[in-house]
Amino acid sequence: MKTLTKKILDIDAVRADFPILATRVNGHPLVYLDNGASSQKPTAVIDATDVYWKETNANVHRGVHHLSQKATQQFDKARESVRVFLNARSSKEVIFTAGCTAGINLVAQSWGRASLKPGDEILISTMEHHSNIVPWQLIAEQTGASVKVIPITDAGEIELDVYEALLSGKTKMVGLVHVSNSLGTINPVKQMIESAHRVGAKVLIDGAQAAPHMRVDVQDLDADFYSVSCHKMYAPTGVGVLYGKQALLEAMPPYQGGGDMIHTVSFERTTYAELPYKFEAGTPNIAGVVGLGATIEYLAHLGDQLLDAPEGDLATRLDACFGWIHQRESELTAYGTAALGEVSGLKITGTAANKAGILAFTLDCAHPHDIGTVLDNEGIAVRTGHHCCMPLMRRLGVPATTRASLGLYNTKQEIDRLVSGVRRVKEMFE
Amino acid sequence: MSLELRELYQEVILDHNRRPRNRGKLEEPTGFAEGHNPLCGDNIKVYLHTNEGRVAEVSFEGSGCAISTASASLMTEAIKGKTLEEVEAVFREFQSMVTATGEAEEHPDLGDLEVFGGVREYPVRIKCATLPWHTLKAALQGEEEKVSTE
Repeated sequence: MKTLTKKILDIDAVRADFPILATRVNGHPLVYLDNGASSQKPTAVIDATDVYWKETNANVHRGVHHLSQKATQQFDKARESVRVFLNARSSKEVIFTAGCTAGINLVAQSWGRASLKPGDEILISTMEHHSNIVPWQLIAEQTGASVKVIPITDAGEIELDVYEALLSGKTKMVGLVHVSNSLGTINPVKQMIESAHRVGAKVLIDGAQAAPHMRVDVQDLDADFYSVSCHKMYAPTGVGVLYGKQALLEAMPPYQGGGDMIHTVSFERTTYAELPYKFEAGTPNIAGVVGLGATIEYLAHLGDQLLDAPEGDLATRLDACFGWIHQRESELTAYGTAALGEVSGLKITGTAANKAGILAFTLDCAHPHDIGTVLDNEGIAVRTGHHCCMPLMRRLGVPATTRASLGLYNTKQEIDRLVSGVRRVKEMFE
Repeated sequence: MSLELRELYQEVILDHNRRPRNRGKLEEPTGFAEGHNPLCGDNIKVYLHTNEGRVAEVSFEGSGCAISTASASLMTEAIKGKTLEEVEAVFREFQSMVTATGEAEEHPDLGDLEVFGGVREYPVRIKCATLPWHTLKAALQGEEEKVSTE
């Protein structure tokens, strides 16, 4: 039940939660518009990891001593928070990884080796990040399966009719990005998953750019696998989450062998631990996971301030927070698209009807690298290049783009500074 | 605009970026190579005619940032008519200028190429300036493999 009111958060107070935003770069207040690459961290998260190192640090799941139990408790609590965050049925379906890429490789290798054979097909889209292309190419090479590509329109939307036509009994896996890191396109993954399931294919969703911007519900999507990068959603680097349906994960062989992932080991025969530990060989990034738990709590805390009854459960609090984030970022995206659109010679890359938080563009008189250098001179951080999407850049016919990617703390004033920076680039290079 | 940025994008560089010299293909080149900077997607092709140990004609094609485009353009102007040994010496001095740490030094032998002195303040852009030169070297040596800055 949603009790979201029309209350709006004080953005200055929210920004004050992120200490790095007060930094000056090249004599200017920092304008951080590279959230798609990595987001900044609130004090609550920085402090939580700091306190972990100072007061809790010990290995999880093996010690009987006080600190190990305390660390294990915090680690398990974070897993339960992630379960709510993604709306997984069980925390057994929540596997901690090193990042979104690691999660995709886990599925490609573990599921792929057991399930793919010559003649099978893996479908991916033109707008995939290299991390949702290369793992599939590797497993295809190893198993004799082939990778097929779903085309996109000039606006940057998946050609759904071609997708439907590509699906067949041969299709065993569909790898899809939920939100494109280069275009901002929000793909209709729920509908696409339904179609894939009709031919018996499994679907892995790359959620790296979705989780920071929208409430993800893996049950509603009916995703088989969903991989998340936590440092892009205000948590520390080096942590990712892989969601997988329990029955699939149980049937899959372990990906890496080692400590923590076993039940018993002998030189004759080893039995494996239950989920999720079967897929978590070795000591995990405990401090990172504790930080992730603090991030989810921080987002929920933002939600509290939007709710009439702040004592709601975690899911309700996150609903409120993401309702606010979505509204705020949509407004800023529309504002930025309009303002950049007024700059002559500028072309927005990715004009899908349904977009999240990405303003990518090319300028006819200047190369993205030069744009990035000039903007940096004014304290504005953007990403320039191919954004790990070389096949997409080829499809769009550009060598590279300049990308401003939004976070929950960005403001209209910052978009204004971006636009005047771009105008300065034009004055220089025209 | 900061002093460093003005140093990086000197008027000569902006001019060669707007109107690159010796851009295009040479028919039946005696030397040819392609260069690529995977970091920013810069691509360059260098075409050469050498005659009795001298660069008779040189041209380039490709897409890149202002620094790499202007560097290619100014490079072609700088090496035309030079012996291969002289080209090698210019490349060495150019490279030492853009990678130098510490106080800026004068490089009168480099002529117009001295405008790239400001690049040393921008470590990530050094490869933009040197990509045309590495590609030229490969073209001179008749290397088949595509040059990469990585």
